[in-house]
Amino acid sequence: MYNILIIFLTFLKIGAISFGGGFGMIPIITEEVVVRGWMSEEEVLNFIAISESTPGPIAVNMATFIGYNQGGILGAIFATLGVVLPAFIIILLIASILKKLLQYKGVNAFLDGVKPVVVGLILSTSLTLFVKIIFNVKAIEGASFKFDYRSLIIFAIITFVSVFVKKVFKKNLSPILLILLSGVLGIVFFYI
Amino acid sequence: MDNLDVNKNGINDNTSKEKNDNHHNDNHYDKKKINVYLDLFLSFFKIGLFTFGGGYAMINLLQNEFVLKKKWLNEDEFLNIIAIGESTPGPIAINSSTFIGYKVGKFWGSLFSTLGVVLPSFIIILCISLFFNKFLEIEIVASAFKGIQACVIFLILQAGIRLFIKLKKTPFNVIVLFCTISLMLCFSLFAITFSSVFLILISGVIGLFIYLIKLIIDKNKKNKENSEVNKNV
Repeated sequence: MYNILIIFLTFLKIGAISFGGGFGMIPIITEEVVVRGWMSEEEVLNFIAISESTPGPIAVNMATFIGYNQGGILGAIFATLGVVLPAFIIILLIASILKKLLQYKGVNAFLDGVKPVVVGLILSTSLTLFVKIIFNVKAIEGASFKFDYRSLIIFAIITFVSVFVKKVFKKNLSPILLILLSGVLGIVFFYI
Repeated sequence: MDNLDVNKNGINDNTSKEKNDNHHNDNHYDKKKINVYLDLFLSFFKIGLFTFGGGYAMINLLQNEFVLKKKWLNEDEFLNIIAIGESTPGPIAINSSTFIGYKVGKFWGSLFSTLGVVLPSFIIILCISLFFNKFLEIEIVASAFKGIQACVIFLILQAGIRLFIKLKKTPFNVIVLFCTISLMLCFSLFAITFSSVFLILISGVIGLFIYLIKLIIDKNKKNKENSEVNKNV
């Protein structure tokens, strides 16, 4: 039981201090888990790889993974609960007073200041991902440019299909359909 | 599912007639509470199941479901939610599901939404832990994921472009946007670890300052005008 409590509290802390979503959480999770001696850094890296490629928020994936690894099903439940709870409570508080909050011009001014950053972050994330995935690089130093033409072709097909449907049928293609299509394309290009 | 869709459309029709009312959701949803909770749960379950590549990829799915299809939020409200989600701790997926759930169905709405978004990944990871540790080493799975990776780039780009189109092109917004993109590209290309929350906070505070300065200038102007009026009198 004590073990489960520690898992819960650890992930509660991670959920409360990590900003900027799952990717921002990775270094904090790695540190906590390695320092506590739960796993080696290599094992954590493995978990990160799986968490990034399976569906769902990375934070929840990591919490479930590490929780299960450390304390079975109960561990998985409490780790996930821990990582979710701070965000849930904070947003519940904000959402319940949002109407009043938005009456303060200062709050609006702050949010208006944040908005272009958020849009910039989203756009830059897609650009970095493009460079990382299509050119297979992680950083400029020690760059081993390995042009991944197959990923580029899949990206081009997906873009074409989405734009085509939008222009010709005036409909927004569901992102879920695009994901399924890209999965099939992945199998066609990389497996067959 | 079909019945549910009909109900939703009914609700949407009602709300669109009363668009003058800013907070049009609350009353109409009372009658169909259970349906709304179920609808929220299923929508978020679906989104959780198909979110690959983390929170930013999820933004596209959220946008598609709640802004474009169900029209429960407009682009500006949506951007507000993302902005708040980014300036508070926790995964952006949890932040936004709690937020949207609350807006549509108050406390229980947020509970069902968050549960919906968490459950698929919880179940999938549990299954992976239980049955196939070597999940990613199955070649056909790895290939499918590589394809999905390429799609995630597009989904994030599309979500970003949609938000960019709706963003007011004030000088402040354009400059901040440009700085954010170039800074983040530099950071990631040179492998510098930098938490984007600092950019968010700095820009938020700058936004606040600009507002305060405008306020002071306006007050001064008014005071001057008042004193001139007094002189004239």
